[in-house]
Amino acid sequence: MTAKVVRVASGQGFWGDWLEAPRRQVEGGPVDYLMLDYLAEVTMSILQKQKERDPSMGYARDFIGAMDSVLPAVADRGVKVIANAGGVNPPACAAAVRELAAKRGASGALRIGVVTGDDLLPRLDELIDSGHPLLNMDTGAPLSTVRDRVLSANAYIGSAPIVEALARGANVVITGRSTDTALTMAPLRHEFAWGPTDWDRLAAGIVAGHILECGAQCSGGNCLYDWRNIPDLANVGYPIVEATADGAFTVTKHPGTGGRVSTQSVAEQLVYEMGDPHSYITPDVVADFTTIRLEAAGEDRVRVHGIRGREATDKLKVSIAYRAGFKAVGTLVYAWPDALEKAQLADRVLRERLDQLGLRFESVLTEFVGVSATHGALAGPAGDVPEVQLRVGVRGDDRAAVERFTREIAPLVLNGPPSVTGFAGGRPKVEELVAYWPALVDKRVVATRVEVLA
Amino acid sequence: MKVRLVDIAHARSGDKGDTANVGVIALKPEWYPLLAAHLTRERVASHFRGAITGIVERFELPNLGALNFLLHGALDGGGTLSLKTDAQGKVFSTALLRLTLDVPDAEARSLGLPRAPEPA
Repeated sequence: MTAKVVRVASGQGFWGDWLEAPRRQVEGGPVDYLMLDYLAEVTMSILQKQKERDPSMGYARDFIGAMDSVLPAVADRGVKVIANAGGVNPPACAAAVRELAAKRGASGALRIGVVTGDDLLPRLDELIDSGHPLLNMDTGAPLSTVRDRVLSANAYIGSAPIVEALARGANVVITGRSTDTALTMAPLRHEFAWGPTDWDRLAAGIVAGHILECGAQCSGGNCLYDWRNIPDLANVGYPIVEATADGAFTVTKHPGTGGRVSTQSVAEQLVYEMGDPHSYITPDVVADFTTIRLEAAGEDRVRVHGIRGREATDKLKVSIAYRAGFKAVGTLVYAWPDALEKAQLADRVLRERLDQLGLRFESVLTEFVGVSATHGALAGPAGDVPEVQLRVGVRGDDRAAVERFTREIAPLVLNGPPSVTGFAGGRPKVEELVAYWPALVDKRVVATRVEVLA
Repeated sequence: MKVRLVDIAHARSGDKGDTANVGVIALKPEWYPLLAAHLTRERVASHFRGAITGIVERFELPNLGALNFLLHGALDGGGTLSLKTDAQGKVFSTALLRLTLDVPDAEARSLGLPRAPEPA
């Protein structure tokens, strides 16, 4: 008898990822679960603003289109979908999916699990008053210092509520701020009945989740290693994990797709956004990335094994977003000859005018795109390049000052240095800034709830 | 002998708040010990001097033939606040690969390391 294999496919690495990927993942070959990751830190505050304007919003709308494209696979072939598309409003997201299913005549085919409890915004004052100061992990300051500017506050929750939803028969699970890795680990934990203290296997599930959570970034996308020879990126195959009960798994992609799964492409994803590799802390387990073994296991197949984990901490990370002023970025393009010198002169002229106007900013940053924007002084001298984009950004609390800055770019076209173009985009727009306040909270004060809608 | 990091390693970078991480991976597993010996925290900190405002941390992952560096104060306040083009530290990876190592000739030859081209 061969060992049971569970296949989890990644169909979305962030909100805005390739719309084709979810359907290609369920149609390109056998998969058991489709994992869709929609949430980045910035996403939660955007969704909160949307929900304030319309109480039926506040989730990742792209997910409804994704569900539409995979509905036949879910209804007819038993593929299950797990997504943190719920944002700050998982029940509204679930309602939209039910509406879609009704429209497609598939209402009877869906059992939607809805996970809530991560949203701490309505509870912030109660938490602060009852001795949870939500200290900033970087600065140590208590949240009370920015309380009146908070936009959203969500605890990163783990795999347990998703496992519960699957155990109760859900074939679509919608969460809010679940960790990205829990979306992959939960179905493995459910299928293989891993216990809550099965540290090594839980850690393996987390590593599988880290590999999948950025979509094609482990299967040839954004891969520096041998990038010229990575085949057919136009049809890049998103990654799939094939896991067994012992916690070992193989990373692969559907046959006939582009991209490449190699030990190098997987290693690049493993080190992405890594902190201390000995302690990759999640709500479920602390995984040790220095124990991961990678082995080439055939064409576009990498076997991953040997992963060790240890007991989770008694805290959850909380991501809090708060209003932090305004910014605007203006650009102009200067042409050969002496493009850089012209752009530098324009920058000096602009700054002198900002000074004369008495405008004060927290930060003014100038970059010369084509010369120094990505690597700064490390790039060395540029020579007489064909063109340089002058890119000036300002940031500050005074909206009117940032607004005034946006009016000072276009005049430079007629009253500044010569050989300038590239202003067709019009006046830069003023953006409201959102800052992040990372904090920890005791696990026991966050109660998740699972509802399964038939 | 001068050896360019870009000729012996690949890399990927990302962000966490105002910190950029750069994972540097040896192109060949047998080159990892050389990376681990020569690509020190101090060497990387001096490479990025003036470009970051905080300290550099370094972690070893011999299992992946990789080193992980945390560059603190690299992102002008971090992701959403930053005015930088590279607000999320995506290309600190290749900025680190601009570094050149001085490797003793015998060691470089025995490992078959490519020699850095002479500056034009």
